[in-house]
Amino acid sequence: MLTELLGFPPQVLFGQLLLGLINGAFYAVLSLGLAVIFGLLNIVNFAHGALYMLGAFAALGITQYLGLGYWGALIVAPIAVGAFGIVIERLLLRRLAGVDHLYGLLLTFGLALVIEGTFVKFFGSSGLPYPTPKALEGGVNLGFMFLPWYRAWVVVASLLVCGATWFLFERTKIGAYLRAGTENPKLLQAFGVNVPLLTTLAYGYGVALAAFAGVLAAPITQVNPLMGSNLIIVVFAVVVIGGMGSIMGAVVTGLAMGVIEGLTKVFWPEASATVIFVVMAIVLVLRPAGLFGKTA
Amino acid sequence: MNAKIGYLIALVLLIVAPFVIYPVFLMKVLCFALFASAFNLILGYGGLLSFGHAAFFGGASYVTGHALKVWGLPTELGILTGAAAACVLGFLVGMIAIRRQGIYFAMITLAMAQMVFFLFITAPFTGGENGLQGIPRGTALGAIDLQDNLNMYYFVLAIFVLAYFLISRTVNSPFGQVLGAIRDNENRAKSLGYDTDKYKLLAFVLSATLAGLAGATKSVVFQLASLTDAHWHMSGEVVLMTLLGGLGTIPGPAVGAGIIVTLQNYLAKGPLGGWVPVVLGLIFIVCVLAFRRGVVGEIKAMIRKSF
Repeated sequence: MLTELLGFPPQVLFGQLLLGLINGAFYAVLSLGLAVIFGLLNIVNFAHGALYMLGAFAALGITQYLGLGYWGALIVAPIAVGAFGIVIERLLLRRLAGVDHLYGLLLTFGLALVIEGTFVKFFGSSGLPYPTPKALEGGVNLGFMFLPWYRAWVVVASLLVCGATWFLFERTKIGAYLRAGTENPKLLQAFGVNVPLLTTLAYGYGVALAAFAGVLAAPITQVNPLMGSNLIIVVFAVVVIGGMGSIMGAVVTGLAMGVIEGLTKVFWPEASATVIFVVMAIVLVLRPAGLFGKTA
Repeated sequence: MNAKIGYLIALVLLIVAPFVIYPVFLMKVLCFALFASAFNLILGYGGLLSFGHAAFFGGASYVTGHALKVWGLPTELGILTGAAAACVLGFLVGMIAIRRQGIYFAMITLAMAQMVFFLFITAPFTGGENGLQGIPRGTALGAIDLQDNLNMYYFVLAIFVLAYFLISRTVNSPFGQVLGAIRDNENRAKSLGYDTDKYKLLAFVLSATLAGLAGATKSVVFQLASLTDAHWHMSGEVVLMTLLGGLGTIPGPAVGAGIIVTLQNYLAKGPLGGWVPVVLGLIFIVCVLAFRRGVVGEIKAMIRKSF
């Protein structure tokens, strides 16, 4: 019985399930960042994929030139890229206040072209290897499958960050301000809260989340200038499926979509690239506001 | 009156142009001008940002290529088949996408187009990474040899002028007026009794069909249908052309397409060859920040000020 499940050897099934869970973890962290940014800026950050890539490159640079190693990069890279995000918000996005939301999407699209184009120019479009950290090399044989430590760590770290974000938003004073800023920024400002600063920080935080995912991904997918360019479209679909209403919604949808994609790879490999888009279409027909979205 | 004289001058220039400028380049400009004008129907006049128009442009070019190369249809019929395929695809994508508005509409069209793109990668008739090569140009009206670039140019010009006329008629028709009303205030249009979803869907399908016509024509001109035309970068490029030329102005997108295609050709030859996406991205940023009316929009505003 354990040698074959539904006609597939368990190693294949669980292996793909784990890969799906990892992809799902990336979808969760990235869509969470998008949701945070959208909440305060009303902008869909098209540059999210490029900033995710920037996180991976920052990790590469930090490891090679600063000698901080993987663990240092995991902390420094998100901060550095987040700071870059703050500069973008202050210099560019700030100027779009009061203009149709679509312009925010277009501006960040242009930004993504600039960032990705520059990196392709300097690094080409093939990947650069990033070593798995020493402490997480190897893995454990669970009997039904082999579990590499690093992959388990990616899932755990992503869930930890998502949990921390949930805590920040739902259980702290700043989180209360952020939620209030999403609901009614003018009223919040009238109460004496510095909303523009809050907005800047929210963008920085969303960007840092993307960079964090990029660092996590570096040892798995290699570091590639275009690593975020197709990913961001899948994440958009995840956001449409889940709705940008809640943090838990983003996390649950992200993980679920990753798992569905992984399972599709086992049962119908040809459809695995499109399955999330198909789910999106079905959800839109049945529940246009998304699974966790508020009906407008 | 002024507009009519302007169009007459433009038409004369377009007729003389191939004797001065390389006709293949001009045909490329015309194809993209048509693509952007079609796109403007849904963005400029419908207020809906579609980030998936490459699926219609690229999809039609594949269908036309297949129809001409494998089925051996006459050129006109092959192009119409491609446009019809884009029409069907536009209906399917539109049905799903119009369920949400604003930025969600953009994300949904983008995702749907990406799905279509993956289908093209795996479908047997598209030739994968190589694309469909050696599409025959054939003859126009069964007699005019389109292998000749000058003949081909006038054939493309005729398609462009007809489609452009159709677009400007649509925009100025009662249908176009309702569309504008929906763009400006959808709830008000609803309260006046208009079934806004139907109008939006019709505009989307029309826009997709004409985008398909542009893609189909381009595949005949270059005798090639490839993944580049269906990739989301192409969807982004057509947004840029429309924005740069002037959203919601009839000649704007064609002007924007002319500028972008010229720029791409010029850059590709020079030392900045590898920087094209970066330059396009920078133009995007400048347009959004400081130049939202676009070239034609700015000119219109200047004329209005000086009188």
